[in-house]
Amino acid sequence: MAERCAVIGVGQTKCASKRLDVSVAGLVREAALRALDDAGLTFADIDAVVIGKAPDMFEGVMMPELYLAPALGAVGKPMLRVHTAGSVGGSTALVAAHLVTAGIHQRVLTVAFEKQSDSDAMWALSVPQPFAAPLLAGAGGYFAPIIRAYMRRSGAPDHVGMKVAVKDRLHALKNPYAHLHLPDISMKVVEDSVVIWDPLHYLESCPSSDGAAAMVLGSEQAAAASQAATGRRPAWVHGMAMRSEPTMFAGRDQVNPQAGRDCAADVYRQAGVTKPRADFDCAEVYVPFSWYEPMWLENLGFCEEGQGWRLTDEGATSMDGGDIPWNCSGGVLSSNPIGASGMLRFLEVALQVRGEAGEHQVDGVRRALGQAYGGGSQFFAMWVLGTEKP
Amino acid sequence: MADRPGSDQVTTLDTPIRLDYHFSAGAAATPYLRGLAEGKFVGQRCPVCRKVYIPPRGSCPTDGVATEGAEVLADKGTVTTYCVVNVPFAGQSIEIPYICAQVLLDGADISFMSLIQEIPADQVRMGLRVEAVWVPPEERGPTLASVEYFRPNGEPDADYDSYKAYL
Amino acid sequence: MPAAPAPRQGRRPVAVVSFAQAPNVRRDTAHNEVELLLPVIGEVLGNLGITKDDIGFICSGSTDYLIGGPFSFVAALDAVGVWPPKSESHVEMDAAWALYEAWVRLQEGDVDTALVYGFGKSSMGDLGKILALQLDPYVMAPLWPDPVSLAALQARALLDHGLATERDFAEVAARSRRSALDNPKAQVAYDRSADDLLGEDYVVAPLRRHALPPLTDGAAAVMLAAGDRAFELCERPAWITGIDHRVETHALGARDLTSSPSTAKAAEVAGVSAGPVEVVELHAPFAPQELVLCRALGLPVDPTGAGSTSVNPSGGPLAANALMAGGLIRIGEAAARIIDGRVSRVVAHATSGPVLQQNLVAVLEGA
Repeated sequence: MAERCAVIGVGQTKCASKRLDVSVAGLVREAALRALDDAGLTFADIDAVVIGKAPDMFEGVMMPELYLAPALGAVGKPMLRVHTAGSVGGSTALVAAHLVTAGIHQRVLTVAFEKQSDSDAMWALSVPQPFAAPLLAGAGGYFAPIIRAYMRRSGAPDHVGMKVAVKDRLHALKNPYAHLHLPDISMKVVEDSVVIWDPLHYLESCPSSDGAAAMVLGSEQAAAASQAATGRRPAWVHGMAMRSEPTMFAGRDQVNPQAGRDCAADVYRQAGVTKPRADFDCAEVYVPFSWYEPMWLENLGFCEEGQGWRLTDEGATSMDGGDIPWNCSGGVLSSNPIGASGMLRFLEVALQVRGEAGEHQVDGVRRALGQAYGGGSQFFAMWVLGTEKP
Repeated sequence: MADRPGSDQVTTLDTPIRLDYHFSAGAAATPYLRGLAEGKFVGQRCPVCRKVYIPPRGSCPTDGVATEGAEVLADKGTVTTYCVVNVPFAGQSIEIPYICAQVLLDGADISFMSLIQEIPADQVRMGLRVEAVWVPPEERGPTLASVEYFRPNGEPDADYDSYKAYL
Repeated sequence: MPAAPAPRQGRRPVAVVSFAQAPNVRRDTAHNEVELLLPVIGEVLGNLGITKDDIGFICSGSTDYLIGGPFSFVAALDAVGVWPPKSESHVEMDAAWALYEAWVRLQEGDVDTALVYGFGKSSMGDLGKILALQLDPYVMAPLWPDPVSLAALQARALLDHGLATERDFAEVAARSRRSALDNPKAQVAYDRSADDLLGEDYVVAPLRRHALPPLTDGAAAVMLAAGDRAFELCERPAWITGIDHRVETHALGARDLTSSPSTAKAAEVAGVSAGPVEVVELHAPFAPQELVLCRALGLPVDPTGAGSTSVNPSGGPLAANALMAGGLIRIGEAAARIIDGRVSRVVAHATSGPVLQQNLVAVLEGA
C-alpha cells in the first residue's frame, strides 16, 4: 500500500424486512449521516463518494446513485458506483480505500444498501431468460447441492449447520441493528423449522432485509484529525484484496473456490498474517447459509481442509468461549440487505478493532478479518484491519 | 398509494414497470438449441483445454477463447449433487418435494441443474445414474423445456471418484 | 527509455497502451454479450502481443437494465477467461469510470497493467423506457420521460438563452457524420450539408433527426499500463496526465441545463487548460450537448469545426452510441491518436445519466 488508510467513521441502519418509514434516499442518508457523525465530520468534509449495491432490479431504479447524489452530499464531487454481486459491499469499501491509499483523496464516504422491499428480489433474481436453464428453486437451490458436496467430502455430521444457525442468532441478540432477534433460538427450534432446501432448514438461511451501511475512510492526517475531535481511534487497513474466477467451468471446486484461497493469501501476505486462527481476534465472514461457516473456515485457512466443521462443532467460533469468534454481529444469517451485507462485514470488523462494538465487542481485538463473497462463490473481497498503524 | 394510518403522509406508491427484451442466443448456443428441438444434447469443445461445455455460452470460461464444433452427447449422465426442495417457489408448478440436481452428462465436462422425477425424494443420492425424459417430438422446441426431467436409468451408481472433480 | 510526462494526480504515471472496439451496429442478433466481447478483448491484448496472463487488474462497466437481467457482467467475464483467479471489479456505469477505477488501482504500485472493457446492446429493449428508470423513482420515473424529450428540453434552453441556433445543431451533426466517413467502426456516416439537414422534420422539437444519436450495439476495451511497463508495451503510450469526474443533482429543475459545471470542475482538476488541446473526443450523444461541453471545457465553440481543436474526429456518439462503452470509446479514440503519433495532447470526456448529469474528463499526452 502506498499511503495509509483507516476507517474513521462507521454508520449503519437498523435492518428490517420493510423499512417503509424511509425512501431509498432516506435509508442511505441515515447510514451516511451516522458515519459522518461518528467521524466528527459533515458532508462538506468529504472528497468523494463510492456507493455499492447488488442488482438495480432489486429496487427498480436504474443506476440509483444518479438519483442518490444529492442525498449523499455528492453534488460537485466524484461519485463511483460499484456492482460485483453479493461481494459488492466489500468491493465498494475497497474501491473507496484505494482512493485514499493511492493518494487521490483524504476523506472518502462509502455507502452500500439494499431496499429489497421496494421491488421483489426473488423476481429480480429470476427474470425469465429464454436461453438460460431455468432457476429451479431460488438461491438456496443453487447453494444447497454445494453444501451437500461439502458434507460428503468432509464427512461432517448433519447437526453442524444448525449449530451455526443458533450461534449467529445468539450473537445477533447483542446487536441492536440486526434484523432477526430470535431469543428462543435453539437446536430444537432450527431442527423443527421446515427443511426448505434439504439439507438446509429454513432457519439455516438468511432473511431478506432492507438496510444500509456506511463508512468514512481517511488518510493518516484525516485519521489523526478525527481522533482528536471525537476521541475514537481509527481502524487501520492492513491489507485488502479482490479475486474473481469464472462462475462455471470444468473441474471448478465450488466448495473451496481457488479465488477465495488466493484472495486470503494475498490479504494475509499484506497484513503479515501467517496463522489466521491465532493472528486474528475475530472475523466477520459472509455466511448466508449456515454451512458456509465451516466451508469458509477451510477456504480462509483457519484450519486444514475437511476440518472446518470441527471448529464450529467445538464452539471455536462462538463469542461464548470460542478462541476465534466469527460473526459476533449475527452475520448475514441475521441481517441480509444484499448489497450492504458485504459492507456490514467490513464495517463490523472496524467496530471490533475500534472497540466500539458494544455488547457484541470481543475483548482486546487487535486485528480482524472481513470477508464478502458473491455470485456462485466466484467473487471475493477481503480486508484486514488492525489497531496499529501498518 | 397507501398512507400511514393516522397520518396524512404518503408512505408508498406503486409504479408498475413492464419492459420487454429481445434476447440473442448467440452463435455458440444455436446448435445447442437446435439440438434440443431434435431431442439431442449438443455441446461445444474448447480448442485449448479440450473440455466440452453444455450449454455452450460462447467461450471457454477459463481460457477466454471461443468454443467450437458440435459435440453430440448422450442423453444420460450422473447426479453429482442435489437438494430436495420442500417449498413452492413462484412460477414453479412442480409438486413438492422435488429434486433439484446437478447432472453431468456422459461426455460433458460441466454439470447443469435439472429436475429429477420417477424416484422418491429420499432415495435420490449422489452418483445416481439418470436419463433424460424428452417431451413428445411434436412438442419439442429450441428450449430446455424439451427435456421434461431426468429419471433413474437403472444403471449401477457411479463411483464417487468418477465425478468428484465436478463438485 | 523516454520519460513519461508528470501526472497531475496520483503517484505514478499510467497510460493507455491499446484500444479496440467492436463494429458499432444497429442490431447485433448474431452474438450474445460474451461473443460480442471476445474479439474485442482478443484484439486489445493482441495489439500488444500479450495474453490474459499478463493482466494485473480487470475492471468493466455495464448495466443490467440494458441486458434485461441481473448480473449481466458475470457472464461477460467469461470472455476474458479469469483462470487462475484475478483481481477484478465492475462498475454499474459507463466503462470510462471502470477506467478511472483501474487508473486508481494502478497507483498502488503492486500491479502494472489493467484491462478495462464495457459493452451495451441498445437493441434488446425499449431505450426510451429503460432510461426513464434512471430518474427519481418517486416523482419523475412514473411519468416515463424519454431521453430524447429531456435532451430537447436542454436544446430549447440553449436556444432561448441565445447560446445556440438550430443551424448550430445541424452543423455539429453534419461535421460529425462527415468525420465518421473515416471511421470504419462508425454506424452513421454521411456527407450532407447543414442546410440539407435543416430540412428534416422534428423528432421532438427543437431536435431534428440529425441531432439524435443512433441506437447502437457495441463493446470496447482498453489496456492501461503504468510506468516503464507502458514503454515496454507501446512505443508512444498515451499518458493520462489528469483525470477527474463529478456528478450533479438528479433534479432537472434544479440544474441550469445550458451549462455543465461538473464538466468544468473535472476539467479544472484534470488540467485541460494547462496546454493546447489538439483533439477532443466528447461524449455528447445529442448534437446540442457538444456546445455545452465545449464551453465547460474552455474550448472554442465552433460547430463547423474550423477551430484549432479537432472535435470528435471519430464522429463521436452521433456516429455510434454504444451505451456503457461510449465513454470508454472516447478515451480510446483520443488515445489512439497519440499512440499512432498524429498528435501529442488530447482531451477525452465521458458522460452518464440524464442530460449530462455526471461527467468525466481526462487529459492524455505523448511523452
